Amino acid sequence: MTRAVSEGPGIVERIGGSVDAVGVEQRAAALGTRSIKKEAKLFGLDLAIRCCDLTTLEGADSPSKIAQLASKAMRPAPTDPSIPHVAALCIYPRLVAPAVAALGDSGVAVASVAGGFPSGQAPLDHRLAEIETAVSDGADEIDIVISRGALLAGDQDAVYEEVSRAREACGSAHLKVILETGELASYDRIRCASLVAMAAGADFIKTSTGKISLASTHPTAVVMAEAIRDFAEATGRAVGLKVAGGIKTAKEALRYLVIVNETLGEEWLDPDRFRIGASSVLNDILMQIDKQRSGVYSDPDRYTKD
Amino acid sequence: MAAERLAVNKTYKLYLNGGFPRSESGRSYEITGPDGFLANAVRASRKDVRDAVTAARAASSKWAGLTAYNRGQILYRVAEMMEARSAELVDEVSRAEGIEEAGRQVDEAIDSWVWYAGWTDKIAQVMGSLNPVAGPYFNLTAPEPIGVAGIIAPGESSLAGVVARLAPALCAGNAVVVLASESHPLPAIALSECFATADVPPGVVNVLTGHRDELAPVLAAHLDVDALDVTGVGEEKLGEIEEAAAGNVKRVIRAGPGRSPYEVTAFMEMKTVWHPKGA
Amino acid sequence: MPRWDYAPAPEATDIVTVKDTYGLFIGGEEVEPLSGDYFKTINPATEEVLAAIPEAGLEDIEAAVAAARKAAGTWAAIAPADRAKYLFRIARAMQERQRELAVLETMNGGKPIKESRDIDVPLAAAHFFYYAGWADKLEFAFPGRNAEPLGVCAQVIPWNFPLLMLAWKIAPALATGNTVVLKPAETTPLTALLFAQICHQAGLPAGVVNIVTGAGETGAALVNHPGVDKVAFTGSTEVGKQIQRSLAGSGKHLSLELGGKAANIVFADAPLDQAVEGIVNGIFFNQGHVCCAGSRLLLQESIATRVVSKLKRRLSTLRLGDPLDKNTDIGAINSRAQLDKIKELVGVGVDEGAELYQAPCELPEHGFWFPPTVFTGVSQSHRIAQEEIFGPVLSVLTFRTEDEAVEKANNTPYGLSAGVWTDKGSRILWMADRLKAGVVWANTFNRFDPASPFGGFKESGFGREGGRHGLEPYVRLT
Repeated sequence: MTRAVSEGPGIVERIGGSVDAVGVEQRAAALGTRSIKKEAKLFGLDLAIRCCDLTTLEGADSPSKIAQLASKAMRPAPTDPSIPHVAALCIYPRLVAPAVAALGDSGVAVASVAGGFPSGQAPLDHRLAEIETAVSDGADEIDIVISRGALLAGDQDAVYEEVSRAREACGSAHLKVILETGELASYDRIRCASLVAMAAGADFIKTSTGKISLASTHPTAVVMAEAIRDFAEATGRAVGLKVAGGIKTAKEALRYLVIVNETLGEEWLDPDRFRIGASSVLNDILMQIDKQRSGVYSDPDRYTKD
Repeated sequence: MAAERLAVNKTYKLYLNGGFPRSESGRSYEITGPDGFLANAVRASRKDVRDAVTAARAASSKWAGLTAYNRGQILYRVAEMMEARSAELVDEVSRAEGIEEAGRQVDEAIDSWVWYAGWTDKIAQVMGSLNPVAGPYFNLTAPEPIGVAGIIAPGESSLAGVVARLAPALCAGNAVVVLASESHPLPAIALSECFATADVPPGVVNVLTGHRDELAPVLAAHLDVDALDVTGVGEEKLGEIEEAAAGNVKRVIRAGPGRSPYEVTAFMEMKTVWHPKGA
Repeated sequence: MPRWDYAPAPEATDIVTVKDTYGLFIGGEEVEPLSGDYFKTINPATEEVLAAIPEAGLEDIEAAVAAARKAAGTWAAIAPADRAKYLFRIARAMQERQRELAVLETMNGGKPIKESRDIDVPLAAAHFFYYAGWADKLEFAFPGRNAEPLGVCAQVIPWNFPLLMLAWKIAPALATGNTVVLKPAETTPLTALLFAQICHQAGLPAGVVNIVTGAGETGAALVNHPGVDKVAFTGSTEVGKQIQRSLAGSGKHLSLELGGKAANIVFADAPLDQAVEGIVNGIFFNQGHVCCAGSRLLLQESIATRVVSKLKRRLSTLRLGDPLDKNTDIGAINSRAQLDKIKELVGVGVDEGAELYQAPCELPEHGFWFPPTVFTGVSQSHRIAQEEIFGPVLSVLTFRTEDEAVEKANNTPYGLSAGVWTDKGSRILWMADRLKAGVVWANTFNRFDPASPFGGFKESGFGREGGRHGLEPYVRLT
């Protein structure tokens, strides 16, 4: 995957654009009426697993918790070899080293939040140092947060600056930029933040930290996908979309996949361009796969909780 | 001879936040009917009034935010539930006020409810206005709910009297706290069971039973209540109640001569919006 | 072949029982036509015959009008609150039977099930609910006047929204104390006949609603019957004019809801992706079989290329196929006759020099289908910018200024609807003041609500349906 270079802040205004809230909410609702069945459902569920960033971001996380979750990430269903591994394990920076050790060459990437997650209120040099440490510990992917305070105060330039500095600090690791859309609170601001982050070099833009109650929503995903599409047309660069926060069911995962499929097109149906940040959704996906294959509703205790 | 079946006596509690709790004070008072003891009605306390207002405020923006059509459907469903329970309601009213009165009162209550249910999506059309101001401006006046309304229900007419004030207040999109008739509180609780089974969101209607003199001043003075219907307040107490209501400039409302859309707009505020017209 | 091809998701049809043969609904009963004639109704997606439908003749019209007249006195005299209660019952029964109605509507008319299910049927039920509430409140709808019913109403409706058009006609007529004889369109009689069953379930007094089926001749006989007090017609402007001529001097009240060639105007500062949704909805919703369809797209020059490119891309995600499939966006064209008209006018567009675009689309073997089509490089002087195609065909024109947009939008004998897309509120209101259209949609399109009056200016008809104004065509004010 090509590493991004900053486009320059001017591209944000050149692309511009506003969002009608009622219109976009209707579009999201209409996409939600798609009925995905049978082989199409199995395709979607398999893809959802392959696009999953299995996440644990708790104060109580420890190396041995990480090792156990890594096992789940590599082999979500120990008795079913047809189930693929997830895209990445998403954790705090202090746990990058144990994660790297646990995951070996399984193909599961190590994604670390870094840079004052979740509030983004730490000074910039602290945030950049955290990114550098995580990368040197072996993180393949870095998820940072933007300064919502700066954006809401009208300081787009500060956000552009911090993202492009983070992009540099990431080196060869790929950068996901969390907009914390619940705090931005309007679709226009979400679109603007998306364009700024992409202009500054984000490889992925991400909805939420999962740490506040207002997390990823379908209309938000549509807005961000449309911004990604416009950016790709204007610059030729394809940025990925990650949805996170409150995604607990396979049904939800499929809804997001439909949004991506019909807004961005099938080139985005790939872990290189789409991720779902979640934890409990994985078991629900496994349950739905079993139900689809056997016709029988399953039971949660048949799926491992690592 | 077959033994007469022993009845399971009903317990009448408050209707608060979608559920039926007892008073936090644990008190009750006796209600008697023509055949003697009827029930121990709950004697609500000032804290229950406080809790009811809190529940109403929490529910008010969701209720106001529903489409008028949706509100109309929910209110119509209340009427469906009342109709299904009309025999029970007739029993309640006749134990309180006599049998001749009961049938008529229940029919009137149900039909009034249906009448008001049909106003939710029409009030704005009849009572709002597009104002032709002298300038290139779009100027619209639209009625909106006041927020939380307190209703001191009439002492007599234990069912239709409550309905006559409650239906327009709800039609207007408000959340409500009702103080039921002190001497005949039970029909209002039976009515509440209709709300509970009609998809009325919890907290939109709250019904308290108890001593009028204890509760009405608390409701009247409560600073988080936007409007107070005093139709059920006796002459002697009116001054005291209206003075208490002035503490936060509550809108004080009295019933008009009969059912009308003006009863609904009495529980509403008029908002005027300007917008220039120019390319 | 897309990488992720959503598997077929057909809605089950077992909820519906379609009889082999239907009768007319007259005087509260299902009766055989005195004419003895029947015609077949089909499923336009498969061309399969669904049922035999009576072709009502003059004597059948006579009987229906007589039944409506017989019921009229009582219906006008009962307590208005009781009229309300009957209409509430009908509304509730329609909600209860919503799945059945939606499936039948799709089978008989060709529209996607998700439209019948999510739009047509819920709106139809809501119309009855809304007008039920007016029945006993007419003194507030017409302050200072007594609103008296007109008597017997002849109502002729089209095939594009069969059940919804029935609701738009019957609900206000009954609420104001009138009785009706309604003729559904020749190709879509089935949901009207199911509605007759609902009238039964609601206990509606016999003769208040009568349904007579047939084609153009039946319709003409009905509107010209001397026993009819009022005629309400929704259909083409051409037939509307014929009716207006034939009723001239008769003293009958008339309301018309006719064709359109609406301009959907997009300014440079519009929220573009939502505007594209609005454009798509405006012309491809219900396969473009919509009188108020946004069939002329007026794009401000500075964003024209960008919008056309987004539009073409969006067309590629539209799914055309089995209307009963829950994922279908574009269903069948309602009849062979309509398909031929569309093809003819599209041919004209090509001949006139407009540039045709159609996203690659597999058309099923049987049934009537037309792919979503966009013509660019269109001028006002092209026939495809003037004539109503009534199909999934969009003509795209450009403009530079607000005045130009208004001029082009109004440059048509029609005046049903218009769309305006811009972020600027004051521009919306300025445009709305100047557009000669009965309905102006700003930053949205094809929104309908029982509380919102709908109807046209100029040759798109007169009279309004929906809202307080929708009562007016059905009353005499004394």
